[in-house]
Amino acid sequence: MKTLAKHREIWLLAAIAGLVALISVRFPGFARPGNLATVFNDTSILMILALGQMVVILTRSIDLSMASNLAFTGMVVAMINAAFPAFPIPLLILVAIGVGLLLGALNGLLVWKLGIPPIVVTLGTLTIYRGATFLISGGAWVNADQMSPAFVGLQRMQLLGMPVLSWIAITVIALFFVLMSRTSVGRSFYAIGVNPTASVYAGIDVGRTKFLAFCLSGAVAGLCGYLWISRYVIASVEVANGYELNIIAACVIGGISIAGGIGSVAGAVLGALFLGIISTALPVINVSPFWQMAISGSAILLAVVLNARGERKQGRIILRKAEAA
Amino acid sequence: MSATDITPTPRRIPDRLDKPFRSAILSWEALLVAVAVTIFIVNSFASPYFLDVWSLSDLTFNFTEKGLIALAMALLIISGEIDLSVAAIIALASTLMGMAAQVGVDTPGVLLIGVGTGLVCGAFNGLLVTGLGLPSIVVTIGTMSLFRGTAFIILGDQAYKGYPASFAFFGQGYVWWVFSFELALFAIAAVVYWFVLHRTSFGRRIFAIGNNAVAAQFSGVRVGRIKFILFCLTGLMSGIAAVLITSRLGSTRPSIAQGYELEVITMVVLGGVSILGGAGSILGVVLAALIMGLVTFGLGLLNVPGIVMSIFIGLLLIMVIALPILWDRFGRRRRLA
Amino acid sequence: MDTKAHTTQTPMRDHPATPRLTLAGVTKTFPGVRALHNVGLSLYPGQVTALIGENGAGKSTLVKILTGIYRPDAGTITVDGRQVSLASAHDAFEQGITAIHQETVLFDDLSVAENIFLGHAPRTRFGTIDWRAMRSRAAEVLKGMGAAHIDPDARLKDLGIANKHLVAVARAMSIDAQIVIMDEPTAALSAKEIEDLFELIDLLKREGKAILFISHKFDEIYRIAERYTVFRDGEMVGEGLLADASQNEIVKMMVGRAVDHIFPERQPQIGAPMLSVSDLSHPTEFDGISFELRKGEILGFYGLVGAGRSELMHAVFGITRTSRGTMTLDGAPVAPRSAAEAIEAGVVYVPEERGKQGVVIGMPIFKNVSLPSLKRTSKSGVLQLKEEFGLARKYTERLDLRASSLSQDVGTLSGGNQQKVVIAKWLATDPKVIILDEPTKGIDIGSKAAVHAFMAELVEQGLSVIMVSSELPEILGMSDRVVVMREGRIAAVYDNKGLDAVTLVQTAAGIAA
Repeated sequence: MKTLAKHREIWLLAAIAGLVALISVRFPGFARPGNLATVFNDTSILMILALGQMVVILTRSIDLSMASNLAFTGMVVAMINAAFPAFPIPLLILVAIGVGLLLGALNGLLVWKLGIPPIVVTLGTLTIYRGATFLISGGAWVNADQMSPAFVGLQRMQLLGMPVLSWIAITVIALFFVLMSRTSVGRSFYAIGVNPTASVYAGIDVGRTKFLAFCLSGAVAGLCGYLWISRYVIASVEVANGYELNIIAACVIGGISIAGGIGSVAGAVLGALFLGIISTALPVINVSPFWQMAISGSAILLAVVLNARGERKQGRIILRKAEAA
Repeated sequence: MSATDITPTPRRIPDRLDKPFRSAILSWEALLVAVAVTIFIVNSFASPYFLDVWSLSDLTFNFTEKGLIALAMALLIISGEIDLSVAAIIALASTLMGMAAQVGVDTPGVLLIGVGTGLVCGAFNGLLVTGLGLPSIVVTIGTMSLFRGTAFIILGDQAYKGYPASFAFFGQGYVWWVFSFELALFAIAAVVYWFVLHRTSFGRRIFAIGNNAVAAQFSGVRVGRIKFILFCLTGLMSGIAAVLITSRLGSTRPSIAQGYELEVITMVVLGGVSILGGAGSILGVVLAALIMGLVTFGLGLLNVPGIVMSIFIGLLLIMVIALPILWDRFGRRRRLA
Repeated sequence: MDTKAHTTQTPMRDHPATPRLTLAGVTKTFPGVRALHNVGLSLYPGQVTALIGENGAGKSTLVKILTGIYRPDAGTITVDGRQVSLASAHDAFEQGITAIHQETVLFDDLSVAENIFLGHAPRTRFGTIDWRAMRSRAAEVLKGMGAAHIDPDARLKDLGIANKHLVAVARAMSIDAQIVIMDEPTAALSAKEIEDLFELIDLLKREGKAILFISHKFDEIYRIAERYTVFRDGEMVGEGLLADASQNEIVKMMVGRAVDHIFPERQPQIGAPMLSVSDLSHPTEFDGISFELRKGEILGFYGLVGAGRSELMHAVFGITRTSRGTMTLDGAPVAPRSAAEAIEAGVVYVPEERGKQGVVIGMPIFKNVSLPSLKRTSKSGVLQLKEEFGLARKYTERLDLRASSLSQDVGTLSGGNQQKVVIAKWLATDPKVIILDEPTKGIDIGSKAAVHAFMAELVEQGLSVIMVSSELPEILGMSDRVVVMREGRIAAVYDNKGLDAVTLVQTAAGIAA
């Protein structure tokens, strides 16, 4: 059974390999390691965000506010950097994570303490956080020339042949892997998604665990706020507008069940990579980038159909037992 | 094991105990009316231009299109499903209408294509959800990309203009004095939806499904069929909204109506419809639509940018749900003390 | 029910002087309801104490207090002589208290090993979960209780219900719980599986665990428990050694009066065939089912849990598709493809899972009753509230429903009254055949008698009744004929004249007489 459970990720990996092979027919250079590393780097932010969203979805919740959180945090760090260019970047990253965590914690508190459905809470904060981005910036942009070279350059620095951004993604993936499979809080995210009632009896505080999941998705969105702004070197109210749905799409393609309790770090990463490959590949094989949205929509539908078939509950089979007896 | 089981009851069981009037006063709709009146008064003090019939008439354009979708979405959410693809349906329907207009199709044809596209898209959603048993939130995130993506494939970064002159009536015409066609349509649709949800057996079955779909099925309710119809209705209303918006703007871009789905859902939830299904009223949704229109328009008169208005809507959404919970909790604590 | 025969088989020791757990003066009130009032309870090491009471007597509230889900308003809880506070499920866990619940305490999508060790997994020296140690220790625990056939890596959802119970017990063993609460653990088990469970309980006893055993079934209680505590309406009304109390005495304590449950006397007027089922089959659940139900007849369906009875009834009711076979109702062929079609034809079904499939909780009584009859109570699709109230009143009053008004939410009714709403709902459709699936499961003795009396009244009026039941007294007391199912097939059909329980059990279990 264990191997079957892993099949989903293996199938997804196979689908990605097939996709890469298909693209290589039209554009032979695509499968070069160097190019694949670029694709990975380009997808880093989506992967990190998908991991945060995954944790929330596992707990039978959803965080629609991640992209707005990212925009707000990105604006905060960009403005700090513009005003105090000497402010050390590592500290600034901590600020980003901290601000993001605070916004996530606010979502989590409303879900935990007031029992408002997560989709309603984050639908509200989706507009509030983006509106707040406007309020703090007054609608103005922070442009490339206002950002310090260190702010912009950090993620582009090469380390052992890869940009720092990729290393950050790898680190986050590794941390999530340990968190989700080797710590009790990680296992309790799964437990409350699988069976909230039983979790209570097992001594898990369901509300608090959901709160922690939202803190995590918030912190991750905050980190990506910095990464996004320093990557695209512009901070505006419009940053990552509507991106929350891409994040959820990555999770769905990665086999994370919207009903909670089912999903893996590998799945979220692969789901994000799948979307990343499509968006990188379309231009190089001369397909209009306008195809991207429809393709990812089809991929989501295909993934959800396939996942549903895999998850279909096996009923107690009475007759087979009779025949075996 | 409630107290009512222990106390002996008269043999004749009364229809109801609470007075309808009393429960009406304490209802969600009453709260919404209070909010709407407050905003209306604040608006009229804040801007001298507000209390003018024409500016009030303009105000209605802020909610009629989304409100039309919200009426159908309310039914869908009460039944326990959701449709995130409504704005994408608008984009696709508008694009196809533009295509048709481009090749010389006249107003009735364009209209039919817009409404028909909506219906077909809704049926597609409904088929995936009820036919294959998939979760609607994921399905409609998928079709949202698919529908708008198709619009992008057709149009790219271009725009369709050049609709027939008579087509402008739907989004810009007035049926009588200050009453626009959009407002009239919304009013009629609201009455129809109110009647269907609250006064017909179809509406009753929607509530039953939302409260317990399995028990409803076991009681002979055709759950799949009803949900399918609701998805079709939501698609249809999105198609109608597409006609209105396209007509009002006179042009189509694939990014048309971006983000409308969340505003429509906000409207529905603000109107007191439970996001978990099984409860809600059309009156609440209409009031919520009005409130959102008032807030948007009032702040617009004060030259507050749209993005800041959205903060108000977001806060309103969370507050109207959080306040009764807090109030209840506070009240209970006081009673115990 | 004969239980005297069992009372002597459990050896009774002198109970140890100190209880492992003592509850004293515990009170818990919810808004409007006094769930527990000044109750006490003692659990002794190496002994099973049966907690007995009707539904709503406060048993589940007590379990929730013991497991830290609820906090009592007053009273003390003492574990091993020390007064403790159980403010959370974790506190209960720390005190070595664990609960084995019906089906709700385990995690379907997690592995067996993780189900056993969730919350107290072995750690590596870095403080992370040590999966390898967890697996091997899980295997050890399972082996220790004679359940080595369960793979620690298997996902729980792939196990049968009996094996799930074993995993739950393994969890109790792994946390070295000294106090084990078993809440209706046998509800979904077959006779053989129940016996295996009892052997395991004997093992727990030998290890000195104090066990609280909650069950409705007296034969089980006398088989496994040494002591009893009886609750009625949130109060403790009696406790002592089971050896000193007869079943009748305990029933008297439960209901506050002596109840001799007598099944209604009937003069069956059995007529022409009403429902004929021929060779009905399903790919995985049942095969080649043929039987005939006659007018005015109560046809009992007996079998072990999992024999395919409910699955068969779902097919007759149009919920499940069949692969083969035909049905005839009142002379005309029927093939319902949905519950709606079955109801239209005149076949209705009172499901076993009342809360999930029977009533729509969140809706008032009258809307529940009128739901399948909306076509009749409305005029061209427009609701007529007056008609609905009339219909609901007519049938709920006939069933002596206890409710404050017809607009009361069914969720606030007791199990027995909810069942009355379900039956009223079906009577309002004017059915020909009514299928009752475990009609008295989990309802109090008073409502039970009312349901039985009502069934008798229905067949007298010419209806035909199918009654699926796992309770032998009910099957023997109510049925005209009994169909016994085993593993998805009909094993035998008996005329209920001089039929005895032993024959039924042997047929159901496939044991030669």
